[in-house]
Order: sequence, then structure tokens, then C-alpha cells
Amino acid sequence: MGQIELSQVTKGFGDVTVIPPLDLRIEDGEFVVFVGPSGCGKSTLLRLIAGLEDTTSGRITIDGRDATDLSPAQRGLAMVFQSYALYPHMSVRKNIAFPLKMAGVPEEERARRVEAAAKVLNLTSYLDRRPGQLSGGQRQRVAIGRAIVREPKAFLFDEPLSNLDAALRMGMRLEITELHQRLKTTMIYVTHDQVEAMTMADKIVVLNAGRIEQVGSPLELYRRPRNLFVAGFIGSPKMNFVTGPEAARRDAATIGVRPEHIGISRDGGDWKGTVGVAEHLGSDTFLHVTTEHGMITVRAGGEVDAAHGDTIWLTPDPAHVHRFDAGGARL
Amino acid sequence: MATQHSRAAARLMISPAVALLLIWMIVPLTMTIWFSFQQYNLLYPDRTGFAGWSNYVYFVTDFRFAPAIRNTLVLVLGVLAITMIGGILLALLLDQPFWGQGIVRLLVLAPFFVMPTVSALVWKNMFMNPVNGFFAHIAKAFGGQGFDFLGQAPLFSIIIMVAWQWLPFATLILLTALQSLDREQMEAAEMDGAGPLSRFVYITLPHLTRAITVVILIQTIFLLSVYAEILVTTNGGPGTASMNLPFLVYLASIVDNDVGMGAAGGVIAIILANIVAFFLMRAIGKNLDA
Amino acid sequence: MARRIPTARKTLTTAAAWTTGLVIFFPILWIVILSFKSEGDAIAPPLTMLSAPWTTEAYTTVQERSDYFKHFWNSVVISVGSTLIGLAIAIPAAWAMAFVPGRRTRDLLMWMLSTKMMPAAGVLVPMYLLFRNFGLLDTRIGLVGVLTLINLPIIVWMLYTYFREIPGEILEAARMDGATLRSEILYVLTPMAVPGIASTLLLNIILAWNEAFWTLRLTAANAAPLTAFIASYSSPEGLFYAKLSAASVMAIAPILILGWFSQKQLVRGLTFGAVK
Ligand SMILES: Nc1ncnc2c1ncn2[C@@H]1O[C@H](COP(=O)(O)OP(=O)(O)O)[C@@H](O)[C@H]1O
Ligand SMILES: [Mg+2]
Repeated sequence: MGQIELSQVTKGFGDVTVIPPLDLRIEDGEFVVFVGPSGCGKSTLLRLIAGLEDTTSGRITIDGRDATDLSPAQRGLAMVFQSYALYPHMSVRKNIAFPLKMAGVPEEERARRVEAAAKVLNLTSYLDRRPGQLSGGQRQRVAIGRAIVREPKAFLFDEPLSNLDAALRMGMRLEITELHQRLKTTMIYVTHDQVEAMTMADKIVVLNAGRIEQVGSPLELYRRPRNLFVAGFIGSPKMNFVTGPEAARRDAATIGVRPEHIGISRDGGDWKGTVGVAEHLGSDTFLHVTTEHGMITVRAGGEVDAAHGDTIWLTPDPAHVHRFDAGGARL
Repeated sequence: MATQHSRAAARLMISPAVALLLIWMIVPLTMTIWFSFQQYNLLYPDRTGFAGWSNYVYFVTDFRFAPAIRNTLVLVLGVLAITMIGGILLALLLDQPFWGQGIVRLLVLAPFFVMPTVSALVWKNMFMNPVNGFFAHIAKAFGGQGFDFLGQAPLFSIIIMVAWQWLPFATLILLTALQSLDREQMEAAEMDGAGPLSRFVYITLPHLTRAITVVILIQTIFLLSVYAEILVTTNGGPGTASMNLPFLVYLASIVDNDVGMGAAGGVIAIILANIVAFFLMRAIGKNLDA
Repeated sequence: MARRIPTARKTLTTAAAWTTGLVIFFPILWIVILSFKSEGDAIAPPLTMLSAPWTTEAYTTVQERSDYFKHFWNSVVISVGSTLIGLAIAIPAAWAMAFVPGRRTRDLLMWMLSTKMMPAAGVLVPMYLLFRNFGLLDTRIGLVGVLTLINLPIIVWMLYTYFREIPGEILEAARMDGATLRSEILYVLTPMAVPGIASTLLLNIILAWNEAFWTLRLTAANAAPLTAFIASYSSPEGLFYAKLSAASVMAIAPILILGWFSQKQLVRGLTFGAVK
């Protein structure tokens, strides 16, 4: 079991309020991703759940039990830190066994569970090394191993992949997703990278300045962003925003169109523009087009041969035009 | 990461250290200040009572006071000059690549570990003695005469002894600071066409500023309290030629048994040290935020 | 990226550095030589002295005549004792300040440092009277107490700068892993802190061993450590260069060796972490 509920939770450091009153419910077995720009309070929120910070007010319940005043150890959650936080003086084996030792698990049982975890994570041949002798990806796996041996109610991850290079990051992303599918344990995962959020989450919580902007599945957020912030944050490349007469024509203060929802033509269309930079990725081409409504990014097919200086016409797909009012809320 | 629980534990863990230091600071300090306003001479235990400022007046008008202040300052400034200039030059030298760096470092560092009484007695007898000292032997070998260092130039001699002990400290710290200088910064300056001298003035010296400040201030704190070296060599003499403030306090309170006057001198020494301490604390405090 | 250093230049630097090093070290080297000569030879001109026969006579005399070992033992008890007590008090304090920093931690540290700024002469009078009234004059326990107090700020500071380098996330990880405060300190913090504690220990033994104000003023025959014992040579009778050299060598040798081992930590300790 691992159902977590936050009600009216707030957190301030001195006079600074980092988390204004916040409600959130995380179901058992869910993979929840907290996403938002740096400094928006994701780590703080995670640490409140972990018990590493006291709430200023509000209540946190885990499986229906009030956990607000429980110590981190009593909450039965496991955490994987950004810096991995491995114990440098202990071997990999001892690192993974440490939580079991603290829980008073007998020696043989400990050894058995460490072996099992090591097997899952491909760490068997490294068990007697020190963390200092491992690569970044291996350290990451040790940190995860240390978390899974405890069979916690939920896993908490704080930007676990941000210290890895791009290739490793992709691999670990898959591994963690797979792990979740196998264990079916609740996971709360913090990241500032919306690609990680989209690819891994069952449910994404978009945070901005400590407030929840929207909660939903990746596709819900992609299809129906509730406001300008979410619309701009989710999706890559970013959604194009147009204000002025073009928006007014559609009864909105701002309209948004994703780059993949714009058609291009050499002969005619809604907006005329000049190609600036064309990024050819092979599978796709991203065109940055200067129009009278501002710079518009367009995703075209990989074989499009538009070049700098070309004049082209853009036509937004009317079914995928998002409309926002002056306050930024979805219409 | 702090929670209520860990905060309470933390307070408990800090309190013994704080309590002890608080007592250590308050008890002797208030006693010194209190005695400094009392008539209190161990030789005349019956004459007691409030003395007003008279202890201070006696101490300040004592014929030894002006020379003591002057000598204290000369001692501090003299040792600082020698150790800072010598320390920078030595640090620059030892920072160059050469064979046997480790051993030379140890040799240079050694005097710092020599206890003050040993250092002073060795210099006094084996080196500065006008008859059998090393310098006298050398002078005689060249047909000269042994120089009576401690008789003729007592303060200068003490400055040499103390500087010998503190030169390693300055060198070691400046060398450490020098070694933390970013090599790429140096290379960038070289690419920009800066010669060795400009590199020293514009890159090295600014980089060393903090270390230099800290060395000066810490040394000053210790140098203001030089005592053992004087006790075993000149006893402040001849006359008052090598008397400094701590030594005068010792003479007044322990030798002359005048507790009140000694305490008044102590208060003056505390004030003097605190002026320096104020600047030192600012320099170190800045580092806490870094 | 290493560049070739011209050999000629390196040779020149080597010569200059070794010369300077030897000049600075010379007084120590000299007393080591003198300590192995007879009293008569020790006052002879350098060349005569150097060619005179070697002998351990001076060492034997020092030990026979002057209770050398009693004073040596006093030095050991006082420096090690005050350091250990200091560590016992300072480790929890530094731990708390490094890992549970509060709004006033910084001020607290600065205040502790400020107690170190009090000149010994300033409080000589009350300390002397307190010691006299409580019968602590010339006792080792009294000196252990004073040296503990005067070095406590340095110990706290040194430990603090070491502890602060241990990443807080590791301790949080331990807490998440279910470690109690006790096991957190025992299994996680201590093993990581041992090197820092060891260097603090070394530096403080050195400082306490060489302390030469309180050890001179608050002791007489019984509790006098080596600093005070050596001071008794300031009013000598007869020839004493070899004996003084032998006594000095024995007094500084242990600490010189410790000091050489701890030279790196020395910088941090003596500058309160301002230079590393
Ligand atoms: N211990 C603290 N004391 C004061 N402010 C803090 C503390 N921890 C975090 N903050 C502030 O809270 C805000 C949110 O921080 P954090 O949760 O780490 O953001 P994120 O993880 O989303 O990047 C930041 O503005 C940060 O400066
Ligand atoms: Mg964060």
C-alpha cells in the first residue's frame, strides 16, 4: 500500500512562503511526477512527504494514517537523492544492506535480499566495490537498490537523473519505468525536465511557485492545458503563443498552437513568414519562422528542404488551437 | 533538513561547549575588571576597598608602561614585517617545481613546532651568546668580536627569535593559498601578454589578499601575547628595553603582588587585543558565508 | 597540459630552495649535533666541535639529574588529556552546528572564536588567584582544564569545517533508511569524520604541548610540563650547552614528528578554515 494525501499543507522558511496551502492525493501504485521550473518548490514538497522537513501547517496522511509528525524512518518511504548520497566508506553490499540493518533484519535475510536487489539492478559483480569506484549510472543503481530492499510504501526520487549524461539518462529512465511496472509500488518523481515527466508519469503534477497549476495524465496535460503556464511548459518544442488581432479574431486574449499542429505551404495560407533557422534532425525539421505575429516554431517532416530566407505560408490546425483569456486561463 | 526533533537534539549537543566557554569568558573577565577597581596587594592583605581609577592611573603612569607599549608595537610590527615579506618570497620559491619539494617543506615548517622556551633558550645560548654562541665563533673566525645581542639589542634579538618561529606559519599558509590559484587563470593572463611581474601584481597578489590578511591578524593576536621568550631570555631588560605589555602585567601582578594594578594592565591588554580581534573576526566571518 | 620546465631553471630553484630550507632548519640541526657532544666540546668553535667525538653523555645526564621523564609525562598527560576532553565536548557541538544549522549558528561560531582572542595576560590575575584558592596551582588537572578551555574554540572550528564538507544528503539518506540519531552518528557520520577528527586531535596536541604561558605561570616542580622544565635552563650553572641541547631535542622531537604528519590540516586549523 502506498496512498499519500496532502491536505492544506504549507511550508515557509522564515518569512518566505515556499508552498502556499496545497492539496494533493496520490493513489496507491501510481507513478506521479512533480514537474516545474527550478526553484518552484518541487524538492521542498518531496521532502515534506519524506519527513525531512516539518510542515508549517496542514496534514500529511499515508495509507490513511496521519504521518505529519512521524519521523522519516517511521513513514516507511524510501528516497533516491540527486547526489545519490551513498555512504562512501561502505561497500555497495553494505550500502544496500544498511536500511535492513537499521530495521534489525537478521544477517542471512539481509544477504538474501541484497543479492536479489543486486540481481535486478545488474550490480552483482560490483557488490564489494566502494561507491567511489563506480560510474555515475552504477551509483544511481546502488541508490535505487538501497531504496528497493526496504520494500517501502512509496519511492521518492529527487531529480535522480540530472547528474547523468544524455545516453545514460535515457537508459535509466526506461529502467525506472520498468521497475515501477514490476513492483507496482507508488513512485513520486521530481524533475524539471518535461520530457521525463511525459515519458514516465501516470500522473503529472505541474508546479509553479509552490502552487499546483494542473494535475493530470501526460496526454490530458498535452491536450487540454488549463492555463498558459502549463501550455508553455508541457510539450517540446514549446507551444507558440499569438496575441493581438489574430487572437481577437478567435475571441481570445492569447491563442496557442503547438509546432506540430501547423501546416506549411509555399503557395498560400493564414500567416506569411520568412524562414530563419531551420534545424534538420533527420526525422523532423524545426523551422523558426518570422511572421508579422512574431516568431513561430513549426515542426515539419524530415525531408522538407526549407532554407534560411525562404518565404512560406503557415496554417494552424483549427482543431488544435488553444484559447486563453486575459488572465491566462483556458477558454 | 532540520526538523523540530533534530533541533532539540542539536541544542542539547551544543550546550556543554557553550556553557563552558561562557563561564571561561565571564568569570575571569568580570574578576579582572572587578580587581582592576580594587585596592588589592597580596603583600598588604588588610588594605582593601574600592580604588576607583587609581590602578589604571598607576599602571599607565608607571615608568615601564610607555616603553612596554612601544616595545609591544615594535615587536608585533617587526615580526610581521619579517614574516610577511619572507613568507611571500619563500612561498613563491617553494611553489616552483624543484627536486625534493617535500623535504624542503618539512625543513621550513619545523621551527613552528619548537616550543617557545626551547627556541628562545637555543637562540640565546647557542647562537647569540657573545662568547660561545655560533655567531660569536663566526665573528672571531674572521677576526672580529662576539656581539652581545641580548645586552646590546635585546628587542631586536627577541624579534629574530619570534620571527624564526612564525616564518613557517606565514610561509605554509601563503603557499597553500598560492597552490589553490587557478592554473587556467594564470595561463589566460599569459595568453593576454602579461609578464611574470604583472602576473604577480595583478593575479597572484590579489588572490593572496585574503590569506595575507588572515596571517597578519592571527599572528598579531599571538604576537601581542609574547611572554615565554622574554621570560627565559631578558626578563624584560636591560632596564625596560625588551619589556612588553603581557610581561609588565606579569611583573605587576605576580612579582610585585599588586593584584589591582596587574588587573588594570590586563584590562588594557584585553582592549588592545580586541581591537585586532574585531578585524580578524570580520575577515573570518566573511569566509563563513562563502 | 604540463609544460617542460628547463632543467637549468629547475636546478637553480632546487639550489635556492634547499639553501633556504637548510638555513631555516639550521638551529634545530645544530642542537641535534650539540646534544651528541661533550659539554667541553659543545662550546668550542664550530669546526673543532664538529670533529670532536660523538657521545650520548648529555642524554644520560639529563635523565639522571632532572626527572626528565616526570616532565615529559606531564606534557603527555596535559596535552593529550586536554585534547581528548576538548574533543568529547566539541564533537557533538560541531556536529550539531554543521548539520542542524540554525539562524544563530554563525553568531555562535564567531562568539566561540572571540573567546580565543582574550589575551592570557588579561586574565592572569583572576586565574592565578582562582588556582591558588582552589588548590589547583601546580596540578596537572588544573592545567588540563585551562588548556581544554583555551583550545576548545579551535577544536570546534576545525571539526565544524570538516563536518561541513560531509554532504547533508548522506545523513538524510541515513534518516530515510531508518537510522536513529545514535546509529546515524555511529555508522555514517563517525566513519566519514574520522580523518577530520584525527587531524584535529593532532593539531591540538601540538598546540597544547607547546603552550607556554599558563604552563609556565600555573605550575612549579610537580606538574611542570616540558615547556616549564626547559625554562629552568634560563639560569644555568656551569657548562650546559650539551645538556640543554639534549633536553631540547627530547622535548621537541615527538611534536616535530606529529607536526610533520599534520602539516596539511595545520593550515585549516590555524586559520579557522579561512585558508584551505
Ligand atoms: N532550507 C531552506 N531555507 C530557505 N529557503 C529554502 C530552503 N530550501 C529551499 N528554499 C527555497 O524554497 C524554494 C523552493 O526550493 P526547492 O524546493 O529546492 O525548489 P526545486 O526543487 O523546485 O528547484 C527556493 O526558492 C529555495 O530558495
Ligand atoms: Mg530541487
